[in-house]
Formats: sequence, structure tokens, C-alpha cells
Amino acid sequence: MRLRPGSLLASWLERLRLDPWLLLLLLTLMSFGLLVLYSAAEQSIGLVWRQAVRIGLGLLVMLVIAQIPPRLLKVWAPWLFGLAVLLLVAVVFFGVGRGAQRWLDLGLLRFQPSEAMKLALPLILAVVLHRRSLPPDWLALGMVVVLVAIPVGLIAIQPDLGTALLVGISGACVLFLAGLRWRIILGLGAVFAAAAPFLWLNLHEYQRDRIRTFLNPESDPLGEGWNIIQSKIAVGSGGLTGKGWLEGSQSHLEFLPEPHTDFIFSVLAEEFGFIGVVAVLALYAAIILRGMHLASQCRDSFGRMLAGAMVFMFFVYLAVNVGMVSGALPVVGVPLPLISYGGTSAVTLLAGFGLVMGLYSRRRFMG
Amino acid sequence: MTVVMLLVIGALALRLALLQLDDHEQYVARADDNRVSLRALAPNRGLILDRQGRVLAENRPAYRLVIVPERTADLDTTLARVADLVAVSADERERFQLQKQRSRPFESITLKSNLTEEQVARLAIHRHRIEGIDIEPYLTRHYPHGELFAHLVGYVGRLDTRDRERLEADRYRATTHVGKTGIERQYEGRLHGHAGFERVETNASGRVLRVLERTDPRPGEDLRLNIDLDVQRAAYEALAEFAGAVVVLHVQTGEVLALVSKPGFDPNLFVHGIGHGAYNDLLTDFHQPLFNRVLAGGYEPGSTVKPFIALAGLQTGEISPETTVFSGGTFRLPNHRRVYRDWKDGGHGRVDLELALAESVNVYFYRLAVDLGIDRISRELALFGFGRATGLDLPGEISGILPTRSWKRATFGQPWFPGETVITGIGQGFTVVTPIQLAHATAALAGRGQTAPPALVDRREPVQMVRHDEAWWQAIHEGLEAVVHGARGTARAIGPELLVNMAGKTGTAQVFTRPEELEGFEEREQEDLPEFLRNHALFTGFAPADEPRLVVTVVAEHGGGGASVAAPIAASVLNAALEAGL
Repeated sequence: MRLRPGSLLASWLERLRLDPWLLLLLLTLMSFGLLVLYSAAEQSIGLVWRQAVRIGLGLLVMLVIAQIPPRLLKVWAPWLFGLAVLLLVAVVFFGVGRGAQRWLDLGLLRFQPSEAMKLALPLILAVVLHRRSLPPDWLALGMVVVLVAIPVGLIAIQPDLGTALLVGISGACVLFLAGLRWRIILGLGAVFAAAAPFLWLNLHEYQRDRIRTFLNPESDPLGEGWNIIQSKIAVGSGGLTGKGWLEGSQSHLEFLPEPHTDFIFSVLAEEFGFIGVVAVLALYAAIILRGMHLASQCRDSFGRMLAGAMVFMFFVYLAVNVGMVSGALPVVGVPLPLISYGGTSAVTLLAGFGLVMGLYSRRRFMG
Repeated sequence: MTVVMLLVIGALALRLALLQLDDHEQYVARADDNRVSLRALAPNRGLILDRQGRVLAENRPAYRLVIVPERTADLDTTLARVADLVAVSADERERFQLQKQRSRPFESITLKSNLTEEQVARLAIHRHRIEGIDIEPYLTRHYPHGELFAHLVGYVGRLDTRDRERLEADRYRATTHVGKTGIERQYEGRLHGHAGFERVETNASGRVLRVLERTDPRPGEDLRLNIDLDVQRAAYEALAEFAGAVVVLHVQTGEVLALVSKPGFDPNLFVHGIGHGAYNDLLTDFHQPLFNRVLAGGYEPGSTVKPFIALAGLQTGEISPETTVFSGGTFRLPNHRRVYRDWKDGGHGRVDLELALAESVNVYFYRLAVDLGIDRISRELALFGFGRATGLDLPGEISGILPTRSWKRATFGQPWFPGETVITGIGQGFTVVTPIQLAHATAALAGRGQTAPPALVDRREPVQMVRHDEAWWQAIHEGLEAVVHGARGTARAIGPELLVNMAGKTGTAQVFTRPEELEGFEEREQEDLPEFLRNHALFTGFAPADEPRLVVTVVAEHGGGGASVAAPIAASVLNAALEAGL
């Protein structure tokens, strides 16, 4: 898909290795996101402005990453992965945060190393798998399991189970894109199922509470169940057309927890209704479709795996967040991609799309 | 893979459709429940007025010191600074802490109520440097006449869990004080009014953001009592140093014009929560100021019972007005050794009914009682309401005791002895009356059998309590008039002072638990006894004698003699009532 031939903008973007359609969709989504954020953040223009700056930074990172040749990515992959692991180890010793240690305080900004891992792990896996014959053999599989286990373990002890799970899924996704046989996928699934009771025993009490609450939120309406119940009320009371922008009572009267971060989708659903929700989901679907199309056009299996993993990660964020706020999944603290307030996640996701665009720009059939 | 992702997004859309389209109404309702809450507004309590509209209980603006914990940087510092300016008692501190546990951090909690002007001024000056405090105006109940109406009007106090159990929760949501005793308690329902409501929009922590709708509270009804402030004050003052009770009734309507139990106490102390020390002082006071003598004080009627015994004698034909009895100073039952003495050594000589009443001749009534027998005495006295509560509209009335054979068997497991009938004839032994009962019976006597039950608020229908021959009523009335205005009447000393003719009866109630020990102690020896051993002085009467309108009943505890102490009190109360135009 191309813009009109001869269009100045199109050729300009082409030279910058950016895909105009994907860029347009992302910008539309983020613009709408800022609108929702303005409402969710109690009409704090300062907060919206800060988020806009972060998005700008993210776009810059996207642009830069898109320029990196795949060859260099393959060379840097082990170093990037090693650095990310080191940062995670550093978090264990020097991390800051309430309850869980998730951030490194770099003075000017706080940095969440688990975010970097979301890029570094798929990258290293794509390199490892790409070098070997596909579909992966048992040795490759073993390497993948080790490479995934290291960061997942380090993130899980922060503890940040949600992110550990997402990072794990991004690894599994690369495997899947590498054409792993169904038998093996099912076998791994069985191993996880067998390990579930052991996992349960090793969870923190609050994590177990969250899962219990998820299974029966009304059992603890003022405690752990509050978030799920209030979020469902916000979503449900939005109805078909919503209460209107800035008119959501659930979010503005503080019933909704964290309305501008993890639960921003509830604000959207309350104020813009089902119509708004479907429009945004359609936008996300379009981004995913376009992203997967770009991934499929990549020159080699490395590019296809890496780009596909990036788009899949974006999808996982979306599915987990929307599933969470609508009460279909437990509350795991995953932001709504490119809409929730927060810098690291936006920058990571845009960097991911930078990878996708950069890899696509070196596609097989040079136009 | 792409297909799987799209399917998942489709599933999420479906999930949202279920919430937003299918269950929409349910969630709208829950969102509204979240958003809107009802806040109760306390109604203003009705005033209590005397029959001329003078205020006996009012709502006075007052100021309280409140603290909003959320607005203090450090609550302990704030409390300490406040304590430097105004004294905060341990009670107040405790109540504050208790309240704090039950409130949200942004709600104001009262630390000290009913601040003095000086305290308000001092706090106002220093307010800017103490975080989180506020001086809040409110209405508080005030009793301008203090102890004068302590037992009658009663007082309001803080609503406690026991009150909440008996009261309609909806009407009391915003109310802090409720009637605890007296009229305040009896007429709680009319005085309180109905709570108003504000529909307010609140956030998740319950803080009010704006008022959506308001229903004003409906204030309580003002209660106009039958009481006359001037008469009440006159009665209280007339009792002077004596503890006791005074009741003034209107004969035809039963309206209670004065109702005094002395000593009283300052009911205002109870409104703001009386301290342990002050409360203990009241509890342990020898004169028991918290005890409502009018309703709950049980006294031997003494000689005040004689007119009722006499009426029973006339009714049953045991005597006629002309029947005479010789009093030689003593009376003995046939075949009994026990001697019953008259109060006057050597006796009164031969007396008829009028003299027997006027001089309060014991022997006359010993004999009459024996002739009547306890069964007929009980039956006739019961007609006048002895032995049961009058139904006055105040809480705490006791029934007194009207002895009968069955009562004695039930109480002591013993048969009735003849000697007990003898002393019942002069109001001793087992008989116990309350001042309000005696006043009510006197009203029935004055109204020739007809009066209305006593009432402090509104009026009751007149009741024909007793039917007797007109001649018998006349005879009794004449005898009682002779008590005050006859040449030999026991209360003749007050006769000249009275503005109208009065009919009445003096009485002396023994304080001793074993009456036989002090048999015959009556008026003269009393001054020689220590005060707490002296008999209670009684007087009950009505006026004007020929056309009775007012009843005055007086009990002066340890006053000694009914004639010397109680009758003069009754006289000044009656005069005050007449001067008040009653």
C-alpha cells in the first residue's frame, strides 16, 4: 500500500523509512488518546502536555530505530540483551518503588528496565532462531527457554508478575512465529499447567488475592474487588453512546482507580460509549493488520519474527488491558497501549514500531 | 496469527457489548448509586412554652470547636495547641477520639461544644496559626429557668444506642440530641420534627461535591404546656428550704398549672454531657435532686386521706354528718391490748364530721375505719385513683400502694390484721400515695366526683370518677372548709391570708419504717426531732371553697407538721395562682 505516487510527503516518508499508513493510524490513535487523557486526568492540561512530549520523544526514538540496518541489530542483539539483564539485576539491588522495586532512579527520570527487555528479548530470540534451521529443533528450543527464563525470573522477583508474563509471552511469540510445531506448543502448555500449583504457592499473598478477587469480585467490594466492580460500572453505564466527553461520573468522582493510567479504557468506555469503544478497537485492529502486513513483507525470517513479535506485543498489551478493565481478566497493571499516561510504555511501543518500519523498509521487493 | 489476534479483539468487543448494551441499565443504576447519596438535615426542635407562651425550653445559637483531621499536618500538635487556649476535658478528648474513628478524614469532628464567648474570642484570634480547626455555629437546647423545670420539662441529651433502638431511624439521621426525661422525652415525637434531605453528589470517599436537590427539614411542633411559669416559680419559692413537691391542678380540666419537685438541678448541664464529678455530686446529694418526687415519691398520705374515708362512711351509711364520736385521746380494738392514740393528748371530746375533719380527730377515723372494714375502704379509695398511676403525661410515674387483703397476701404472704385497718383510717400503715395522685384525688373531691385526668399538654375529657349523693359532697366540702376557716381548724392560721376561701386537709406522714415505735408523734413534738427524722408535712386542698377551680397539693419533706409548714406553702401558692388570673 502506497500513497499517491509522486506525492511529496510519501517519498519523504519513504526516505525516512516510515510507513505512512501505520504512522497515520498511530498518530490518530494517540491524538484520540490525549483527548481521553485530558478528561481522565481531571482536565489537567499540564499532564496532557507532558504525555504529548513523551509521545514526541517516542516518535523520535521510532524514527531513529527505523534507520538501524538489520545487520547491526543482529550484531548488537547479544549486547543489548546482556545490558538489559544487567539493568534488571541492578533493579534487584538498587531499585525503587512502592512495595515492588521496579524502577531505577536515574535522577532526571525513572526508568523501568523491564521495558527495555520487551525489545531486547524478542531481538535476541529472533537472532538465535534465525541462525538455525527453521522450524527450531530441540537445541534451539532449549536455548530459547533459558533466554526467556532469565529475564522472566528477574522481573517476577521484583515482583511484577504482569510484566514477567508479557515478556514471557513475547518470547513465546517469537517461537511461534518461527514455526514451532503444535505438538511442542501443546507440550510446553502441559508443562506450565503441571507447574501451576507450584507457581500458586510461590505467589505473593496480594497476587493470590487478585486472582481470587478476579474469580469473584463481589466478595470483597471495598477491597480488592473495588477496582473491577467500579471499572465494570464505568464501562457498563457508558451504554451505546456514552455520557459524553468530560461527563463520566465514575471517573470524575474518583470511583475509578487510576483513571489516567491502567483504567483509562474505562473512562473512554464511559464517556464515548460502545460506539467509541468499537471505533478505538477498530483503530487498534487496523494498526495490527497493517503491522502484520509489514512484518510479512520483511526480507528474511529474522525480520518477520522480530517485526511480528513487536506487533504481537502491542496486541497483548491491548488484549490484557481491555480484558482487565472489562472484568474478563484479572487486574495485572498493564497500560492501554499508546493511550494510558506513562512514558516508558509509549516509548517502548513506538520503538517497536520503529523496528517494524525499519525492517519493512528493507523488504524483499524493493519498490 | 493475525486472524487469532483479530478474533480476540472481536471477543473483547463482544464482551464490551454485553456490558454496555445488555447490562447497561443495571450499571447506570449502580453508577447513580455511587454518585448520589442522601444527606440528612436535622430539624429544629420545637420550643416548650408555658400557658402564656413564655419560653421554658429554647434553641440557642452556640459555637463549637471542630477539627478536620485531613486539614491538620499533625493532629496531636493541633490538639496540643488547642489545649493551650481552652481547657479540653478528658471526656471531650475521649469523645473526640471515638468520633474520629467513625468519621472520614475530611469530616469535621467536634472537640468542644458550647464554647463561652471568651473561648470563641480566644480561638478566633489564634485560629490562623492552628491548622485544621474551625469554630462552627449550631443550635443547642437551653433551659432558661434552670432547675425550676428540671423535673417537668426534663432535658435532652446525646442520642445513644438505646435511643436509636426505640426511635425511627429515618427521622433521627442527622439528630444528635434527644429527649431523655420529662416533657422532652414524653413529647419527643411532636417536638422533634422530621429530618430534611439533601441529594448530594459525592465522590468515592464520600466528600460532597454539590447539592442536587434539597428537601427542607420540617421543624418540630412548639409545645404549649398548661403550666403557668409564675405559679411554678411561686411554688418552688414557697417550698423554701424544704425538699418536696407541689402540684397545682385545674379541677374541671385536669390541666397541671404547676408541678414542682424540689430540689431540682440545672438541666443545661446534661445537654452538653455532664461530667462524672458533677453527676456523682447529684447522685450522692442527700436530698436526691435527680429524684422526681411528684411522680415517683411515695408518701404515707397521713390525715389527708381522712376526707376520702369520711366520704366512704357517708356513702355506705356508716355515719351521717351528724354522727358524733367521743375522742378521749385513745382508741382500742375490742379484745386487743394495743392502744391507738389521738394526736392531741386527752382527746378532742365529742366531735361530729365537720369537727372531725377540721381538727383531724384520729379517734373518729379509727372507729370509722373499723366500722367500714378494709374491703370497703379499699374499694372506695380506689374510686379516687389511689393505688394506680394517674396517667399524667410524663414518664416515670409510680402507682403507689392501696392496701387490700389480696395485696397483703401477695406481698407479705400474710392475712390482713384488724389493727392495720385502724391505722389505714388515718393514712398510715401500708398506704402510699404520690403527690400527683393526691392532687388528682383532691380534684375529684373538689369536682364532686368529676374531674379530668391531669395533663401537662392539651386537655383530657372530664371523667365522672365517683358518684355520691350531693349532700355527702356538701358535708365533706364544709368539713374541709372548716379546716382552713373554722375556729378550730388545723390550718386556720392561713385562713386570713387567703384571697378566696379554701377547703383542704393537713397531713403528716411518718418517716419511720416502724410506725408503732412512734405512735402518736404528731405536730407538736416534731420541732424537737433532728430534721431528717421529722415527719413529712402534707396539705391538699381546693379553692374557691364554694366553687372549686384550683387544687393545691403540697408535700414538704421533714417539714414536721402539715398545718405549720405545708398549709402556709399551699396558701402562698394558691394566692400566686389567683394573682396569675387562674
